[in-house]
Amino acid sequence: MAALWPLPLLLSQHLWACLALTLPDEPHDGPPSVGFDASHVGPSVDLPGALRVFSLDYHHVQAPFEIVLWIMLASLAKLGFHWSGRVPAVVPESCVLIMVGLLVGGVIYGVRHSAPPTLSADAFFLFLLPPIVLDAGYFLPGRLFFENLGTILWYAVLGTLWNVVGIGLSLYGVCLLVPDSLGDISLLHCLLFGSLIAAVDPVAVLSVFQEMHVNEQLHILVFGESLLNDAVTVVLYKLFESFLRLPSVTGLDVLVGGCRLIVVGLGGFFVGLFFGLVAALTSRFTSRAQVIAPLFVFLYSYLSYLTSEMLHFSGITAIVTCAVTMKQYVEANVSERSNTSIQYFLKMWSSVSETLIFVFLGVSTIQDIHMWSWPFVCSTLLLCLVWRATGVLLLTAVVNKLRRNAVTFRDQFIIAYGGLRGAICFSLVFLIDDFPKKRLFITTTIVVILFTVFVQGMTIKPLVELLDVKRKKRALPTVSEEIHSRLLDHLLSGIEDVVGYWGQHYWKDRFEQFNKKYLRRFLIGEHHRARSSILRVYQELERREQQGDEEAPPLVDPRPGGRPLLPEEMDSIRRILSRNLQNFNKKQTPAYSRHTLHQDAMAMTALHRHQSLPERHTCNRSTLCPQRAEGEFSKSYRGRARLSRSHTVCSASPRRSEPPDSVDPTALNPTQPSDPEPAEEQRSPLHRAPIERATKKQLSFVLESETRQ
Amino acid sequence: MGSRASTLLREEEIEEIKKETGFSHSQITRLYSRFTSLDKGENGTLSREDFQRIPELAINPLGDRIINAFFPEGEDQVNFKGFMRTLAHFRPIEDNEKNKNPPATEPLNSRTNKLLFAFRLYDLDRDDKISRDELLQVLRMMVGVNISDDQLGSIADRTIQEADTNGDTCISFQEFMKVLEKVDVEQKMSIRFLH
Repeated sequence: MAALWPLPLLLSQHLWACLALTLPDEPHDGPPSVGFDASHVGPSVDLPGALRVFSLDYHHVQAPFEIVLWIMLASLAKLGFHWSGRVPAVVPESCVLIMVGLLVGGVIYGVRHSAPPTLSADAFFLFLLPPIVLDAGYFLPGRLFFENLGTILWYAVLGTLWNVVGIGLSLYGVCLLVPDSLGDISLLHCLLFGSLIAAVDPVAVLSVFQEMHVNEQLHILVFGESLLNDAVTVVLYKLFESFLRLPSVTGLDVLVGGCRLIVVGLGGFFVGLFFGLVAALTSRFTSRAQVIAPLFVFLYSYLSYLTSEMLHFSGITAIVTCAVTMKQYVEANVSERSNTSIQYFLKMWSSVSETLIFVFLGVSTIQDIHMWSWPFVCSTLLLCLVWRATGVLLLTAVVNKLRRNAVTFRDQFIIAYGGLRGAICFSLVFLIDDFPKKRLFITTTIVVILFTVFVQGMTIKPLVELLDVKRKKRALPTVSEEIHSRLLDHLLSGIEDVVGYWGQHYWKDRFEQFNKKYLRRFLIGEHHRARSSILRVYQELERREQQGDEEAPPLVDPRPGGRPLLPEEMDSIRRILSRNLQNFNKKQTPAYSRHTLHQDAMAMTALHRHQSLPERHTCNRSTLCPQRAEGEFSKSYRGRARLSRSHTVCSASPRRSEPPDSVDPTALNPTQPSDPEPAEEQRSPLHRAPIERATKKQLSFVLESETRQ
Repeated sequence: MGSRASTLLREEEIEEIKKETGFSHSQITRLYSRFTSLDKGENGTLSREDFQRIPELAINPLGDRIINAFFPEGEDQVNFKGFMRTLAHFRPIEDNEKNKNPPATEPLNSRTNKLLFAFRLYDLDRDDKISRDELLQVLRMMVGVNISDDQLGSIADRTIQEADTNGDTCISFQEFMKVLEKVDVEQKMSIRFLH
């Protein structure tokens, strides 16, 4: 309960934001779209002739001001959600945000007596949706996705088609049954409505599923389907819309529609592929201006989305393909800090977008233009559930025969139940050309979205627990797992070759060889090419340990001698000693360059320091690296690995009585401090830097020093 | 080549192999034709050279070890039975098998036996322990030449450290199984043999 005190604070800020949004009295007819019409001049206080000391010109900044207020509102709501005690356990975030939106919408309506701003379809499709999809694509678990790609495509394409046709036709049947109120809805309208309501929404699915931690296969099936069904939805929607405009529909038109489906899907794919490769290539050359490397990732992805929208391809497919393609090359090419920046910005933007979308869903529900019809709404709800369930059952029955790992009935239930609809349907329904029953469609869409998000969203978590669906195993992948998995991969490819079976491993192998031979050579800078995935996992783990250490209480102690006792494990020692390394390297501050981070430039000098360290171990001088550059590379590695030992001496020296429990204390030569001593003295004045940041930076700089050479 | 294949394999042999490995009739005949197509010397057994002639296997980093796994201790030739016995490890575990009463001896494609097969890829000297050197050898094969020895050593150390529970700086089979308990080995180590 004590943790709830921020809540009133946030609520008051909310209220303030609401009021600010309701105040300006803009003269216009319909519901305005979000903040894009500040082109008029409003009243302002004007003393006749006199010079004003203080003036208020709200309309000058109105547009950005309102946008920022909305974003602020949404984000505060999100914060408040996480501070509100038991609520997050029961209610998914999306529901709370929609409720906040409803509240705000209600307040605005009450104050202004006119409809609050709605989510314009353009704003949604062009600004709010791309960050979420990009984030989803960038963090897509590649291996799992491709292993299940067949099944995902099966569900996405065929499942959506089944749903659309089923819902459309049965709704038409319902309309025929109730001719008095629904008689003027034609078959095409029903099909159009079916096409937009049948699509599972990635935003809603993501937000609900990520709190659930179901097993990864299930997650990727639902999630992958929601991403890829965009192509089908887009095609069918546009198809039926254009059919509505045509005087009559012939069989040829339907055939053309079918071809369009393929063109849209593949077109999006190739656009994304193209931009992904270009982005990877560009990132190869960013080593001299590292600060803008993340920008390229965002720009190219967004460009791929816009390009494919321009060509009427599937934008979502494009952006997902772009992200998946460029990820491995970009991650290899750019520095660790840039990687972290990319990941953080992606998460931040997608979070903001998602929050905004849900809040606006709530706000837009409060409108004047609702039209209600019991049979239509109820039958839509029912049909959505029924058709999805039957679709999943039938498709899974077929696909299980071809899969290695069958999709169990429980998983199937969750797939069917987890088909949440969201803002995409909402925006699409607004885009329909006007016709008498459009308002009915809008109302029904809103009801379906609210139903799926609230009822299905809230109950799915208890159902998952009730049905005992296999959950995600939460452990971090260990180096062992990576190595052994790799071994198994090679083993399986080998056995497949012996048997003469062109299985999954065969194609994976072929792709990897192609990748290595051509793509990696072209797209990754020479210095970065060396890393194999085992090495990457190892470094990632090391880095995570470093980051995890931020949560530990910082050892801010200015006197080097006063450092607490080194813990026993090898890793903790390495961690602490790495921190020390960070401090004494700060001394060598090079001139600040505009295009490289302070940290990166420093890494160069650190290397020379490494070489001066006495080499106490009979480590094999790497004979595989003849050139001088690579020699330094190996030395830096040696230096890093041996750092723990050499520096153990450093930190031990002020407390000579206490030998640290490092890996092999016997190998340490306690009479060596002469060389590292000056390092010690340098360390003390520099220890003011916060330790937490030091840990993360340190490893990143070490990694950079490795990769730089 | 094809006609000779079907005549050389007798019915009772097929039955024996079926009982021992659990493969179906069609799978056995199909794999037998593969066996004979690999057997260039046409003497009913495969030698190491026969395996090395498979092009993709030659570029597989673990190719030699995989080939080695087919041959029993100290022998240089493997007959069809041995071939099938090795391949039986990669048969998918079917659900209905779990329901029937468990056979007296553990089937070749059980999880433990699959893991044992993988374990033996590391453990060349068959002392039931993966030592640091053995691990390093395999790592070096898998990772290529661009990683320095030191770094590889650290990775090997870390791998052993993660697995080693009794502190002997070697990975025993039990420890190996424990490390991989979260990995879906049954699915990873299965090939859907074409029917």
